[in-house]
Amino acid sequence: MFESFDALFLARFQFAFTIAFHIIFPAFTIGVASYLAVLEGLYLKTRNPVYQKLFRYWVKIFAVAFGMGVVSGIVMSYQFGTNWSVFSDKAGPVIGPLMGYEVLTAFFLEAGFLGVMLFGMNKVGEKLHFFATLMVAVGTAISAFWILSVNSWMQTPAGYAMNDVGQFVVTDWFEVVFNPSFPYRLAHMLLAAYLTVAFVVGAVGAWHLLKDKTNAAARKMFSMAMWMALIVAPLQVLVGDFHGLNTQEHQPTKVAAMEGHFHTESRAPLYLFGLPNQETAEVDYALKVPGLASIILKHDINAEVTGLDQFPKEDWPPVATVFWSFRIMVGVGFLMVLAGLWSGLQRLRGKLYDNSLLLRFSLFMGPMGFVAVIAGWIVTEVGRQPWVVYGLLRTADAASPIDRAGVAGSLIAFIVVYFLVFGAGTFYILRKMAGNPEQVHIPEHAKHQPTMAAERIYDEEA
Amino acid sequence: MDYALIWAILISVAVFAYVALDGFDLGIALLFPWFKKEEDRDVMMNTVAPVWDGNETWLVLGGGGLLAVFPLAYSVLLPALYMPVIAMLLGLIFRGVAFEYRFKTKRAKGIWDVSFITGSLIAAMSQGIMLGAMLQGIQVTERAYSGGWFDWLTPFTIFCGVAVVIGYMMLGATWLVMKTNGDLQRQSYRAGWYTTILLVACIAFVSLYLPYVDKFIAERWFTYPASVGLWVLPVLLVVMTIGLLRSLHKKQEGRPYLWGLGMFLLAYTGFSVSIFPYLVPRSITLWEAAAPDNSLKFLLVGAVFLLPMIFAYTGYTYWVFRGKVDTDSGYHD
Repeated sequence: MFESFDALFLARFQFAFTIAFHIIFPAFTIGVASYLAVLEGLYLKTRNPVYQKLFRYWVKIFAVAFGMGVVSGIVMSYQFGTNWSVFSDKAGPVIGPLMGYEVLTAFFLEAGFLGVMLFGMNKVGEKLHFFATLMVAVGTAISAFWILSVNSWMQTPAGYAMNDVGQFVVTDWFEVVFNPSFPYRLAHMLLAAYLTVAFVVGAVGAWHLLKDKTNAAARKMFSMAMWMALIVAPLQVLVGDFHGLNTQEHQPTKVAAMEGHFHTESRAPLYLFGLPNQETAEVDYALKVPGLASIILKHDINAEVTGLDQFPKEDWPPVATVFWSFRIMVGVGFLMVLAGLWSGLQRLRGKLYDNSLLLRFSLFMGPMGFVAVIAGWIVTEVGRQPWVVYGLLRTADAASPIDRAGVAGSLIAFIVVYFLVFGAGTFYILRKMAGNPEQVHIPEHAKHQPTMAAERIYDEEA
Repeated sequence: MDYALIWAILISVAVFAYVALDGFDLGIALLFPWFKKEEDRDVMMNTVAPVWDGNETWLVLGGGGLLAVFPLAYSVLLPALYMPVIAMLLGLIFRGVAFEYRFKTKRAKGIWDVSFITGSLIAAMSQGIMLGAMLQGIQVTERAYSGGWFDWLTPFTIFCGVAVVIGYMMLGATWLVMKTNGDLQRQSYRAGWYTTILLVACIAFVSLYLPYVDKFIAERWFTYPASVGLWVLPVLLVVMTIGLLRSLHKKQEGRPYLWGLGMFLLAYTGFSVSIFPYLVPRSITLWEAAAPDNSLKFLLVGAVFLLPMIFAYTGYTYWVFRGKVDTDSGYHD
């Protein structure tokens, strides 16, 4: 089935496939871990049982998603070597230690305290248990710190030199870690993770509210989620804008592809719709607003905006993919802002839980965070092409000497296994979400002091 | 300071930590076919459920660490071992998700049991095959693997795969002896006994076969008087084996697992001695593979502080979940 593709294409496809699947889980667990820490903290502070119910409800879902994140993550840490061995050899001295720090400061912390968080409620007492939950949440955020530093270095390399065998070597670790695009990318991704989860939580709340608008636990989660939407979604638009300006400074070809700007021009148009044509270097069927791109990118309608024509054609990214992924991401972002504002208005009128149209819209928005996350990563990763280390190492020169049959075989295996295994996991998660949060069972002894009984704090039903 | 050597030792420690910790939890899955009762299987899984992903994190450290400090070895070994590596990763997926999925369903519980067993078998087998492939040697030209697609597949590497499967089963059985009671424990004693004997036979075969076919290894172990110090390893291995069998016979509970770990440590040391100073055997030494000193130093600074912390809180988790696991505690609410 893959006869017409070469080994390089298959290796790229395999990486794209496995990482696109993987990113869903960290994006989700970063957000849920923090949400769980907030819920448990609020419970300890207020003793309101609704927080305890919500904690126990979401921790079950977290456990399944975390398991999937771990196993799909192990794949990532080996795939650099199996399929991108030239890249590993050359860039290993720079990115390797950062990933080493990720394992040492984040993965062990998460995995070490996860056991206590999931199984130790009655073994360690509630303060220590809360500490474990906090450590898991902090671990997920630290993990994001390091891996986004690695990715950002590949986008905007800094603090390096080359040695005599063609490896990148580090001249300044601070410049490597805090390379130019890193702070923007980190902020953008963390907010994306929190927003994604806010909309998942909001959708689950909405689902149960549509069945029974007096459901107290559902009201609580819907309300919390909509606060997040109201505050964080506009913030994310702002951060995204800063990130875009930073990209324009350091990776002009990527921004040109995002905007569909083949030609350098003043009063550059903003394309609302169109089909970028790589061959003719034109946007077909374009629907555009003249001058608006100049305003957005340069804050001046007459400013000249650099187009792809300033760069050799072999350095262009695939324009259409970047152009469209960008529009999907931005579109979802504005829908999120809309949900936040709408819910704010309903809240002001004291009718947050009564508008079934808002509840249905929130249900629709449930998976949209994941759509935006994946679309956003396609923008930044495909937009970096044809480079794996921007401007320095071409993707085509970075792959392992593995022949086509080998990569095709592993790619098919990954596709089959991922759809089977993660499909089943998604099914179990959705089934958990369909369960009523008001009916979460809290065992008698959990309301008193710790006992020595090992208790898995979820799975009361099977 | 010889940072490359320090890191070679640290990576060895990480790999051994992985083998010692994930070994028993893979081993428990490998023993499933002999433990048919559903309650027994629940208990067996429950003995490792709070710690399994911490255990697998050592494998991530092994991979990430190798990339960080020996990027050349990483970028040669992984393409050379492409198929067993991919098989291992897929096996670990099937087995890792079973920890959660198995308790989410009544109807499909059997499916996730099979997924747990086969996934673990494939992962353990692949790890043994990689070990064997490294002992065979790996062909390199310039800075890339230049051997064939199926170099890793020989009767010897398959034998190593089976040996690792048996070794993990021994670790799993002795772990269960420590963590369980009653019939389940009695059956684990028996499993411990059989797997120990099989494992010793495998180690003995590999130890005699390799020097016979491989001049480098023969010289390493049988050069008088330089090798004499190494002979303490097989002697200790015999001591550990006797200790393990005796403690199983005397129905001790905690000791068998420790003796079992001792056996693994010795076999692992033997493996390291046989390939030293190569990271990619007979092609790339650890010094040739090492990243520039400033990369090694940068990560070492952190590792010196972080590894003891990791040992401390990992130890704490094991302490929290110490003691026996039975049908009443665990998955039922």
